[in-house]
Amino acid sequence: MGGLKLSRAEAEDFLYDEADLLDGWDLEAWLALCTDDVVYEVPATGMADGSPATSLFLIHDDRFMLESRVKRLLSRNAHAENPRSRTRRLITNVRVSPAESAGSGTDEVTVAASFHVIRFRDDAMHQYVGRYTYRLRQVDGQLRIAHRRAALDADSLRHSGGKVSILL
Amino acid sequence: MVRRRVLVNALSMEQPFIVDDPSTNTFRVNRRAMVDPEVLAAERANIFDRTWLYLGHESEVAQPGDYVSRTVGGRALVLCRDLDGKVQAWLNTCTHRGATVCRETKGHGRFLTCFYHAWSFDLAGNLATLPDAEAYGPGFDRAALALKRPPRVDTYRGFVFVSYNPAVIPLVDHLAGARDYLDLVCEQSDTTMAILPGTQEYSIEANWKLLVENSIDGYHAMSTHATYMDYLMTAMRRAAEATGEKLAPPSLDGRAHDLGNGHAVIEYTAPWARPTARWAAPLDPALREPLAARRAELAERHGEERARRICETSRNLLIFPNLIVNDIMAVTVRAFEPVTPGLMHVRAWELAPVGEPGALHEVRLDNFLTFLGPGGLATPDDVEALECCQRGFTSWRELPWSDISRGMAQERPGITDELQMRAFWRRWNQMIGGSDPAAAGDGAGGGETEVRLRAVGGGR
Repeated sequence: MGGLKLSRAEAEDFLYDEADLLDGWDLEAWLALCTDDVVYEVPATGMADGSPATSLFLIHDDRFMLESRVKRLLSRNAHAENPRSRTRRLITNVRVSPAESAGSGTDEVTVAASFHVIRFRDDAMHQYVGRYTYRLRQVDGQLRIAHRRAALDADSLRHSGGKVSILL
Repeated sequence: MVRRRVLVNALSMEQPFIVDDPSTNTFRVNRRAMVDPEVLAAERANIFDRTWLYLGHESEVAQPGDYVSRTVGGRALVLCRDLDGKVQAWLNTCTHRGATVCRETKGHGRFLTCFYHAWSFDLAGNLATLPDAEAYGPGFDRAALALKRPPRVDTYRGFVFVSYNPAVIPLVDHLAGARDYLDLVCEQSDTTMAILPGTQEYSIEANWKLLVENSIDGYHAMSTHATYMDYLMTAMRRAAEATGEKLAPPSLDGRAHDLGNGHAVIEYTAPWARPTARWAAPLDPALREPLAARRAELAERHGEERARRICETSRNLLIFPNLIVNDIMAVTVRAFEPVTPGLMHVRAWELAPVGEPGALHEVRLDNFLTFLGPGGLATPDDVEALECCQRGFTSWRELPWSDISRGMAQERPGITDELQMRAFWRRWNQMIGGSDPAAAGDGAGGGETEVRLRAVGGGR
């Protein structure tokens, strides 16, 4: 078992700082929070517990794909985000538990949280509501994201502008 | 110049919807078709109520007792497999007083039960039980109160279609030249193809016909999807550096085909890998051999030329009016319906060979997500493009025409031409206006075909 201990307050600080980077479009700094073997995934709606190895997801990124996503979002050619949307992330109900599958003897914890991400663009308001599940790992004394799942509660993306064009 | 006038009773129209003049390579679509509620009403009456519509795939109800519910052509339906193993489609409404008998999008059970008065139907549609049945007296006709089917239900290679038109032509005739392309998709498997768990459910604030055009549009790939192409080339370059191979420049090369009855396809070669069965970077070099073996099996089974098409070519297939089967780096099945002239609901699924080896299957799943779907690197920009078009159409009275003439002067229109969209629009125009379907097609030389719609009201 990993030896990483994280208080709820520490986990909240980490999530709030992360949300601030994402809302501020400081995506390179956000990417630096991720490990080299990071996985970022968004299951299809109605499939919160699905596996990306066997079912259709909305997003299943490894580090390279995530870097490509960030590069794309920061370019002028991510048309769905040019001009950029403004987002506000409300994060609550944060819980910390020992990592279920601590990888290769590293120090990891699981953090779960509820999110409400509101996106404004073209005078429209789009909402994403759901549950984050993180595996956080201690790397060189710093807390890093090894796994990040954003599972949506909605039946469809029809309240979310029909897409997930931001980092959820 | 030949001019035809077709008058129908549902719409008033000062200008035609389509100007189609091969002699001057002119093809224009009136943007009113994208914004007018009267046009949508005519589409519902003349297209969605008249032709075949995709309901779902047999694999979604693989086991007896499985059911899914969804809305098709504006009607709530249930697709299920009864306990004898037969695939059934039902109107999702109780024959008693109308409430839905299935309120889950997906489930498994022996009965479809209306909770309102607890009438219960088996999956073969029979009215199985109802409370206090004896109160109805001796003449009560249970058989007449069985669940009701859409007027026509038929299946082609696992794809289940319905029609609300009892006199519709047989499904195989309707599919026309699209059959061969569905066959090519299905031949990826020696046994059967199946829809994987998970649905991408989204919406686009744009007219549904814009997604028809977009789904088979090769012209926009390099402009709209520059960030995807950048991702793909970076991935290929990294892999090429690792193996020391030369990197071929990206190109999409192929043809567009009018498949009859409004169906159309673009078929082309592309730089990306295909799980059945084309190795390309950045796939793991260890997969080279299994993919070559799979290709050899398919050549054995279908002949070399057919195997080449199954494995090497990608295809974006439109089945009129609103089904897309895009067989590219993975296979997506996408169906969409208008809600209002400026809003459509979209559903997309992933189709894959049953029993595909795990490593290839995972590649297929991840390939799908890099480009496709509302969280991919490409689809969000398509959504944005279509919504921008719809916003642009606000000035349709001042600028009524969209140009869809690209490639009309070409002997062999390619995938960046617009023949495939003209095939759709010609069929749409015939159905909406009730005009003679003869003499339509690039090079048909029929002169300008003009459909005028007039007079008012009521609709159907």
